[in-house]
Parts: sequence; C-alpha cells; structure tokens
Amino acid sequence: MTIRSSLSAQMVRLGVSLAALALLAMPAAAKGSGMKIQEVTSPGGIKAWLVESHANPLIAMRFAFRGGASQDEPGKEGLAYFVTAMMDEGAGDLDSTAFQEREQALAMRMDFDAGRDVMLGSLQTLTENKDQVFDLLRLAMGQPRFDEDALERVRAQILAGLKFDENDPETVASLAWDKLAFHNHPYGRPVKGTTQSVSAITTDDLHGYVRRVFARDKLVVSVVGDIDAEELGKALDKIFGDLPAKSELSAVADANPTQGPKREVIVMDVPQSVAQFGLRGVSRHDTDFIPAYVLNYIIGGGGFSSRLMEEVREKRGLAYSVYSNLYPYQHGAVFIGNVATKNEAVGQSLAVIQDELKRLAEHGPSEEELESAKAYLTGAYALRFESSTSIASQLLWIQIEDLGIDYVSRRNELVDAVTMNDVKRVARRMLAPDRLLTTIVGKPVEPAATARQGAPG
Amino acid sequence: MSVAAVAAEKAPSEHVREFTLANGLDVVVIPDHRAPVVTQMVWYRAGAADEPPGSSGIAHFLEHLMFKGTDKIPTGQFSKIIARNGGEDNAFTNHDVTAYFQRVARDRLPTVMEMEADRMANLRLTPEDVKTERDVILEERRSRVDNDPGSILQEQMMAALYRNHPYGIPIIGWEHEIKALNREDAFAFYHRFYAPENAILIVAGDVEPEEVRDLAEKTFGKIPSHGPHIKRVRPQEPEHDAPVTVTLEDARAGRTTVQRYYIAPSYASAEPGEAEALDLLMRVAAHGAVSRIYKRLVVEQKVAASAGGWYTDSGLDSGRLGFYAIAGASDAAEDLEKAIDGVIAELREKGVTQDELDRARASQVAEFVYNSDSISRTARQYGWRLAAGMSVEDVEEWPDRLKQVTVDDIRAVARKYLVENNSVTGILTPVPEYTSSIGQKPAPRAGNGKS
Repeated sequence: MTIRSSLSAQMVRLGVSLAALALLAMPAAAKGSGMKIQEVTSPGGIKAWLVESHANPLIAMRFAFRGGASQDEPGKEGLAYFVTAMMDEGAGDLDSTAFQEREQALAMRMDFDAGRDVMLGSLQTLTENKDQVFDLLRLAMGQPRFDEDALERVRAQILAGLKFDENDPETVASLAWDKLAFHNHPYGRPVKGTTQSVSAITTDDLHGYVRRVFARDKLVVSVVGDIDAEELGKALDKIFGDLPAKSELSAVADANPTQGPKREVIVMDVPQSVAQFGLRGVSRHDTDFIPAYVLNYIIGGGGFSSRLMEEVREKRGLAYSVYSNLYPYQHGAVFIGNVATKNEAVGQSLAVIQDELKRLAEHGPSEEELESAKAYLTGAYALRFESSTSIASQLLWIQIEDLGIDYVSRRNELVDAVTMNDVKRVARRMLAPDRLLTTIVGKPVEPAATARQGAPG
Repeated sequence: MSVAAVAAEKAPSEHVREFTLANGLDVVVIPDHRAPVVTQMVWYRAGAADEPPGSSGIAHFLEHLMFKGTDKIPTGQFSKIIARNGGEDNAFTNHDVTAYFQRVARDRLPTVMEMEADRMANLRLTPEDVKTERDVILEERRSRVDNDPGSILQEQMMAALYRNHPYGIPIIGWEHEIKALNREDAFAFYHRFYAPENAILIVAGDVEPEEVRDLAEKTFGKIPSHGPHIKRVRPQEPEHDAPVTVTLEDARAGRTTVQRYYIAPSYASAEPGEAEALDLLMRVAAHGAVSRIYKRLVVEQKVAASAGGWYTDSGLDSGRLGFYAIAGASDAAEDLEKAIDGVIAELREKGVTQDELDRARASQVAEFVYNSDSISRTARQYGWRLAAGMSVEDVEEWPDRLKQVTVDDIRAVARKYLVENNSVTGILTPVPEYTSSIGQKPAPRAGNGKS
C-alpha cells in the first residue's frame, strides 16, 4: 500500500496568493493542517482519494465508473438509469426485501445515479456499521440479482415517471432541446429512456450493462471521514476487488451540436411557458474553460449577480427563475439557459435574453462584473467543502475530470488569472445569439411585432 | 462577558451555546471548526399563518422584498454584496416562520451580520420595487402551482384539511389576493413582526460564542425592541365531523394518484412523546421500499406503481400525516384508495412489529448524525425546532427520546390520529388523456415589448 500526500508544498504557495487578495475567503483545503488529500492505493491496486476526519462517527464515499447513459444502445435507451434503480433490489443471497431491510437496519445511505458519461455511486455509513455496510455494497456491485418481480416493479415505476415527465414542461423542453442539439448521438437520447425502450429492457440487458461498465479500470473513488488509509485500502479491495479488471465500453463519437437559429414550440396547456435556449459550449480541458465558467457566472450562473436575472427578473418582473449553465460533457460541450414566463410574455423574455447575449458577445462584461464574478467564485469555493459528503463529491469530480490531486489548491489561482481579454474572447467564441437553439413548452403568445428597440436602461 | 447587555444565559450543551440580548433577540451558536466557513440564519417567528385575512402571501412577498434595500444598501444590491464577499444567501417562508440565511467564509461574518441586522429595522421600498416583485411572485406561483396539477391538488387538499386554521391558505397566497398586495401591506407585516424579540439568530460553523456575542451586540443589539409582546392570534381548527374527498381531473396529471392527509400534532403541539411515536410510526408505515404501504400496495397486492408517505412535524399549531399511491398503467383510483384504507386499518388494529420499530429507529437516529455532518443542515435542524418554541435540549435529546418509544406507543398514536374524520383524500386523474402536439412556429422577430 502506498500513500502519497499532495499537500505541504502547495500550502505555502496558496498562503501567499491569499494574502495578496484581501477579498478572498480561504478554501477549507488551505486552512493550516485542515484538509489533507491522500492518494490511497489498496493492496490489490485500487486507488482512491481520502480525506481523513475523525470529528464525526461517519464515512462518506463517492465513486464513479466512466461510461454512463451514453453506453445505452439504440432501442435500449434508459438502460443505465434502469440499472441505478435496481441496485438496492437484491444481491447475493438477499432478495429485494431482505436487502432493503438490511440497508435500513444498518442506517446506511446508498444511491446510484446515471450521468451521460459516468455512473455515480454514493455511500454513507456510521463508523460502527462500516464493515457490514461495505459488505452490502460489495454484494450490490458484484452480485446483483435483478429478479424478475423486482425488475417489473421498477419498470412500472420508471414508466410512471416517464408519464409524469411527459407533462412536465421543464423536462419536455429539456428533452426536446437535447434532440435538437444532438440528434442521433447518444447525448440526444433521453437518459431515462422512452416508454418503448424501457418496456424492451430485460434482465440480460441489466447484467450485460453491469458486466461491461462496472470494472476497475474505469473506477474512481473518493472517501471522507472516520477511516484511515490502511483500513480504506482493505475496504476498497473488499468492495471493488471482485469486479472485472477491464471494462468493455463502446466508443462514443464526438458530438457536434447543431447550430441554430432554430426554435421549436411544443404546445402544452399550461399558463406559464418554459423555454430552454443554448449554444455550443467549451469543453473541460479547453484552455478557455475557466474563462467560460467566469463568463457563465456573469450571464446566468450567478443568481442575483447575473445579467439575465437582472434584466429579466429584477428590472422587468418577467420570470421567477432564469439561469444558465455550462455542460462540458466528455464528447461535446454545450451552454444552456432556462426561463419560465407567463405565456403572454415569453417572446419578450427571449428577446431580452437574446439582446443580453448579443451585448456580451460584442462588448464583454464590465470591469466591475468581472471582478465581482472572480470575487464570488474564489471566495465561495470554500463553501463546497463544508461537509464530508460535499468534500467527497468535489474530489470525485476532480478525478472524473482528471484535473489532478492539487487542483483544490490551484483552482482559485486559475480563476484569478482570468483577464478581461480572456472573457471577451470566449464571449465572442461562445455567444452567437443568432445561432441559438430554443425549445418552448407551453402556449406562448408572441408579442405583436414591435420595432426592435435599443438597449433598455 | 458583558452582563448588562445580556438578559439571560444558559449553556445546556458543551457544543451549543444560547443567550438572549437585552432587546430580546435569542442567539444560538453552534461551533464547528472542521471548515473555515459559517452559516448565519435569522428566523422570524412570523409566517403565512400570521397574515391578516385577505392578504394571503404577504409574509412570502415581504421575504422577497427584504432583498431590495435599506438606507445603507442600495436597491437590488443585497445579494450582490454577499456574492462579492464569496457568500451565498437565500431565504424561505412557511406557515410559521420566515428565515434568511447566508453561508460565508468565517472572516465575512461581521459583514453579513451587519447587513442582516440593518434590514431587520431599516427596510426601504420604492413603489416600483414592489410592483415588479409582485409580478415575479405571480410567476413563482405559476411555476410552483398553476403549471403542476399535483400542486393544485395539494393546495385544495390543504384548504379542505384546515377549514378554519390559516394552514389551509397557501403560503404563496391565492392569486387574486397576491395581485392586490401593496407596499403598505408589506410594511404593516414588517413593522408588526420584524423585531429583535421576535427573532432567533443562529450562527453555526468556525466561530466561538464570545465572538458571536460581541458581533451581535454591536449590530442586532442596537435595534430597540418593539415593546408590547407581539401576539400571534390564529383561529384554531375545530373537531371535524366528516372526512372530505377532493377530486381533480386534469389532462396533465400523468398517472392517477391518490393521497390521504390526516391532521396530527407536530413536535411543538404534541403531548410529550406523541410526536416521537408519530415520527417512527410514519417511518415504518411509509418511508421507502421497506415501508408497510410500499410492501402491501406495490410488492404484494401489486395495485400501485409506487407508494409512500410522510410526517410534517414542524408546525407551531398542528402537523400532518400523509400517504400517497401512484397508479401503474392499469390501476384504478378506487383500488388505490381501498388499499390505502387497508394499510391504515392494519396499523390501527395491529400497530407495528418490534423488528420494524428497531430498524426504523436505527435509521431515524442516524439521520441526526448525518445531519450534523453539515454546518448548514445543523443550523436548520436547530432553527426549525427553536422557532417552534422548543429548546436546545429538546433538539439534543431527540435521539434519546426516540429510543424510549415502544410498539405500544406507536399503536396508541395510530389509533388516536389515523381517524377517518380527521382526513382528506385527494384523487388526481389524467382525464382526458393528454398528447402533446409538436409543431414548428416561425421564430418571432425580436421584439422588446417593454411597456
């Protein structure tokens, strides 16, 4: 077993950069001997990042296998999601009821989730139950039963969920947008599948997916809490050691998101229309990613500090929620925004949004906006390290995105280094308001054709 | 320790300290030094159930308006200043409380405390602020309620469950009353309830009690108390003589859903031990795939795709027990309702088994430990209870009180509160079945449309 500590050298450097920036809050990682990330390698060769903390008698684990819903074959959309819903439905000698009663008796929390590019798992346990809990997770991962009655139960639940989704304006807008942007690429397919595809999924499909994807070569793990490196090493071998060494992932092509302008209206009898709009984004390993991240905060990622919130909600009262996000999927990045506005005003809201994107593309943000964005993003980084589960989650994503074990200590420097020129460059590159893809769900009433007006206020 | 400014002090726990400032503000400090961050929360003992008749939604409307400005904070700058300090902030309103909170690095606590104290006494609102924010709230109502038939049904069920108590009025307000809310209504509610003696300040995280006391005295401590005791007069619920069924047919319903609510006491209103027994009853009866309702309806009888329930335990005057069942492709509402009735009858007659109780208790007690892992969740956990009039000891001894609950206690509360006359049944059916039509519309010309 080897334990590599990544800390001491970076601590010093970070201390200097913090002193230079009065506004900065100090990330948890930088607090003296506070957070220390160890890279643990088990006797069997399984790696994990560990932050030991014995303050509370609990352990939080997050893990992921690369290859999520994008591994679903055409016609079997929703398979990865189906697998996640079956993970506590029995394993080894335990049928679903026995498994779930044991979970409850051990007061453990186990959850699985299917992302586009990764399968995500999370586990929380009290220290006193850790051995039995790790054992149950081992069973779930390595010997899932996928019994027929459990499978039909879960299928009925997923189908009911799809029925609700069909009537949920946000979900409908989002699925339609994915389809518009990605067509037949796996990213264009619904993660939860369709009524037809979910009806076609069999026990063999579930076992096949697990066998192909739950393998040690695509596994990343982070652990925070009341456990030391040696004990974790043994636990890693116990939980994941029986999984196949190699995954069998099918190759996913690079997606080339459609360029607009395209606007699709899906009529639904609701008083408020929901719109999703978006463009090609910037991928995680692009040198422009951090500037794009700062830019997104200024556009619609920053709550009340964002342009869209200011223009759509604060100045005009057109919406309760309006926001944007970057989605840097592994094989294609997009920038997506959402707004919900009464049917009479949806045209106006979208026009205001389009104007703001155009203004940012042409002129960039103000110096004050840029400084405020950097002050928030660096200062609030520490808030992500507030609890064991949130730290474990941060460390997991740093591993999934392959950013390096020192990323926590480098991250604020990367944000601070972003210049006005960087943001203007990425704004010109990313924000092409005449290329917007927009889906609208509701009964939008278009505004009377009015002369395009100049910038408001 | 400045004795003059502190009216009362007790140290019930080695972890948590509470004291009261001379102006009546209750302060609770929960030190946790694992990360260099703090959560500040101010809980006002005022919520939607304290609104004057005809002004539904004003508590929530005021919560929005509290972000507008003061003499020191220019309009619209409150959250921006918090953000520039690397902080996150928000607020929420329910029937009994309105709470405001910030999460910041520990060295920003003085800034956010000064800002929070400032808006307790010095709110400024322009007519334009009020008008625009009212439109925002109407959009919020559309998002939360009008766009979602499940929420519409829930609103109707609450109105049927509470026929006299204001818990029957939606927190966000009825649409026609929201439209009539104005600046005067907001200030009237503000001046009546936003006072130091009607609030609780909770600071959790990387701080020491003495530090918080000094800061609180310099900020909140300067605000004069309002004097006469602030009265919360609410019409109380009479005994119910008959159950009610609410049915809603809506093409957007997705799948048939049956819900059942019962009025029951909350932690604040219950006889000693009853709320703990109700908590464990509902965990056995309705929490997750090992619950009674799920086993009976979904696993054994196969009359529903899913089923579960909850206990709303935080109210000042009353709580609620809730059960739901979601139909599979071919299940009928009558069958779901009958099956729910069967589960209720079984709970009333036979209670729960010792094995069920032990498992439920293990997971319930663990919730407390899991919650203590997060500074902000810990602050909330204390806030809910303290705002409902409970003490720090009540919160800390909760796991021990759960350990004392017996299967007999659970059967007793099941018999007492799962009573037909105290119930409302809600049925939501997708009629007529909806098919979304997909069609292209030409992209409209970009019009500003600003009035």
